[in-house]
Amino acid sequence: MSLLEIENLTIEFPNRHGTEVAVDKVSLSVNAGEILGLVGESGAGKSTIGNGIVQLLSKPGRVAAGKVTLNGEVISGLQGESIRKIRGSKIGFIFQDPMTSLNPLFTIENQMVETIINCLGVSYKEALERSIELLTKVGIPEPEVRIKQYPHQFSGGMRQRVVIAIALSGEPDLIIADEPTTALDVSVQDQILKLIQDLCTDLQVGCILVTHDMGVIANVTNRVAVLYRGKLVEIGETKDVLGNPQHPYTQSLISAVPLAGKKVDRFPLVETIESIESGLKSIDVTTHWLGQSSQHHNTDDLLIIKDLNLSFLTQDAFFKKNRKRLQATDNVSFSVKQGESFGLVGESGSGKSTIARMIAGLQQPDSGSIVYDGVELINNPDKEKVKSVRQRLQMIFQNPYSSLNSRMKIKDIIAEPILYHHLAKTNEVEGIVGDLLDHVGLGRKSGVKYPHEFSGGQRQRISIARALATRPRLLICDEPTSALDVSVQAQILNLLKDLQDELGLTMLFISHDLPVIRQMCDRVAIMRQGKILELQQTEDLFEHPKDKYTRELLDLMPRFDDLTHDLNANSHV
Amino acid sequence: MLQFLLKRFLQAIVVMLIISLLSFSIKDKLGDPLREMTGQSVSEAEREVMRDEMGLNDPFLVQYGRFIKDALHGDLGTSYFHKLPTMTVILKKLPATLELTFAASLIIIFLSIPLGVFSAIKPKHWFSKFIMAVSIVGISIPVFLTALALIYIFSVKLGWMPSFGRGETVHLFGYWETNFLTKDGILHIIMPAIALSSIMLPLFIRLVRAEMLEVLSSEYVKFAKAKGLKAGKIYFKHALKNTMLPVITVGGVQIGIMVAYTILTESVFQWPGMGFMFLEAVNRSDIPLIVAYIMFVGFLFVVVNTLVDLLYGVINPTVNLLGKSK
Repeated sequence: MSLLEIENLTIEFPNRHGTEVAVDKVSLSVNAGEILGLVGESGAGKSTIGNGIVQLLSKPGRVAAGKVTLNGEVISGLQGESIRKIRGSKIGFIFQDPMTSLNPLFTIENQMVETIINCLGVSYKEALERSIELLTKVGIPEPEVRIKQYPHQFSGGMRQRVVIAIALSGEPDLIIADEPTTALDVSVQDQILKLIQDLCTDLQVGCILVTHDMGVIANVTNRVAVLYRGKLVEIGETKDVLGNPQHPYTQSLISAVPLAGKKVDRFPLVETIESIESGLKSIDVTTHWLGQSSQHHNTDDLLIIKDLNLSFLTQDAFFKKNRKRLQATDNVSFSVKQGESFGLVGESGSGKSTIARMIAGLQQPDSGSIVYDGVELINNPDKEKVKSVRQRLQMIFQNPYSSLNSRMKIKDIIAEPILYHHLAKTNEVEGIVGDLLDHVGLGRKSGVKYPHEFSGGQRQRISIARALATRPRLLICDEPTSALDVSVQAQILNLLKDLQDELGLTMLFISHDLPVIRQMCDRVAIMRQGKILELQQTEDLFEHPKDKYTRELLDLMPRFDDLTHDLNANSHV
Repeated sequence: MLQFLLKRFLQAIVVMLIISLLSFSIKDKLGDPLREMTGQSVSEAEREVMRDEMGLNDPFLVQYGRFIKDALHGDLGTSYFHKLPTMTVILKKLPATLELTFAASLIIIFLSIPLGVFSAIKPKHWFSKFIMAVSIVGISIPVFLTALALIYIFSVKLGWMPSFGRGETVHLFGYWETNFLTKDGILHIIMPAIALSSIMLPLFIRLVRAEMLEVLSSEYVKFAKAKGLKAGKIYFKHALKNTMLPVITVGGVQIGIMVAYTILTESVFQWPGMGFMFLEAVNRSDIPLIVAYIMFVGFLFVVVNTLVDLLYGVINPTVNLLGKSK
């Protein structure tokens, strides 16, 4: 008998317009000591299943039908106190963001001990001993000291370890981990996943691992369940499902994942997800306004960065010598050639986004020079000149949900840079905006809508259209797809590639995602702690990394190339 | 810590200088103090001599400089009416006002937190809806009207409560007169305190409710639920402490404002405090007393806000009073 059995679980969210079925008759089971992966795109209902098991659904969600059995005991339909006793003691939870799942005002000791006392009913002294034991087990150094500290004194990875320790503290039989590593860096992700894997084997705890990351699924899970729009489309041994997917959705989902191992020209698309409007008027860029970029120097290097330095004050003091500074970029120099895609890779805090912000003029460097299209951008007295070249340098931001003004119509958002820089006659602007919307695959009709009416992928298209509106030569893409689902990511990356070919754009591509970088970039620079460690042709870097840190990153990168190798060899999606 | 206090002290000096300049510069606009001080029999020539003696004919900056110099020695001038140093007059009235503010704060704290928390936990309960409706009405009614209504109902019609004054008080340490030690004193302070709290109470109930609702939707509350904690512990340990952070910040500012509101309450209830004194001083063009009052209230603001910031730092471990990295 399995540890957890779910039969025909149906979860509904009633709203004004009727009832939305978030999870539709899902049946699955988890064995002790096993990790079951739950994979799907956002909105597929994978987190909802986890929350539904312990009745932590946000209102007005409710379990409409189905039976959940834990260790032979039916736990669906339990109310109030009875379900509370299941939480923590029988089923432990790990949430996505370790920065927010711990209460900032209480020490780790306080938060752990209360859980242990609550679940196991032991004395304070014993609970404290157990806490220290658990913290040791999850790999927190000096647990006796660290337990007295507050959450903000821990790094993201360390906090997630604490969260795992708390999830284990009630000695649960099952752990539900909801995107436990999505908010973490690659190297930390690897450690956390290993930890979860070891704990499951050692303690014979079952685990449901909810994630959208196919690499994670391939690396740690024993079995995997694929969800699509609330329905379970496929379940089985991980290597079977990934290596030989039966359902068309699974097949297309897997093919959309950027491969770390080899470079492809275009990403195969997942057609089942978000169809692009067909029959849109495509524009001929040789004659269209968009292609008629104003004259520019035909230099080899479009962007030259030299000895760029920026430090942030981390500790203020009255005397200068007592102040502490963090070197965000440390003598960074590189250049980007006309028409190439240049990748900047690093973990959070490596300074990659800071460089983008300095190039875009959102931040002033302490020293150094940035020459774009033959014009010095830093401390250049000729402000007009700087403004006119900056206009040909645009940025696409990471989060499409916060980078569009929610009170403006799409067509006004896109028209704004054109009008500001006087790039076209006022009566032409409307037509140009429409063409741009057609070109990025949204259709000119969508211009009258507001940002909230679009999905994440569509919003990123709007951002791209806005960036194109000044006819840029250089596009800075700061993690343009990291907030998006894998299928949507494939679409956006394809769009960027197409635009680059058509318009001869130069791209500075910033990402922490190595497979994406491999697909997108000609040359790559690896950054760490504000320094560039290695700069190489992409293929050389992936095949023959020189720096030790680069090798480490490549090793840690979750990959499922090996598992899906057969699939890619056999089928052409 | 010491550095924080030092920084605060420097800021306070700047704030006090600005307040002093503002309050001192209005003094010329408040009418002729001589008219109040002297009778009809004093001739214009004699008045001119008095003006000279009092320094009222000197240029503004000279007068201001003299004022600052004296203020640094703790002398904020002499009240024209009381013929006493203004600080003496203010300090004498201070306990009455502070006790009134304290009583009103107690009412606010002990009502707003439970009511706000309740209406956040059970937003659909009829009582929550009732609280919200009443609080809207409460915000809209001016303090003096509440005060008059209280007097009309409980003193005039029912005769349960005294309508004016402090009643029987007890001397503490020879200086401080307190209402809290006699039954009569407590009876006297109840209605003024209710009137004074009436404007802030609805605001705080709504603030506590809004903050609590936000905290309840946070990840760590969800995590606390997932840990299997009891509802009481989630609400009153995990959620309430986080709720209090913004409430404390707002509270600090509002206590200062409440001291200013005592002008209305004290004059309706004939409460012998600073507010009542200030109103009398305005009527009598007692300029030194007016200026001293404004300075003193400004000083009170600075002190209260510093205390609130210290308290905030104690409650919230992520706040570092010096902006130091950990």
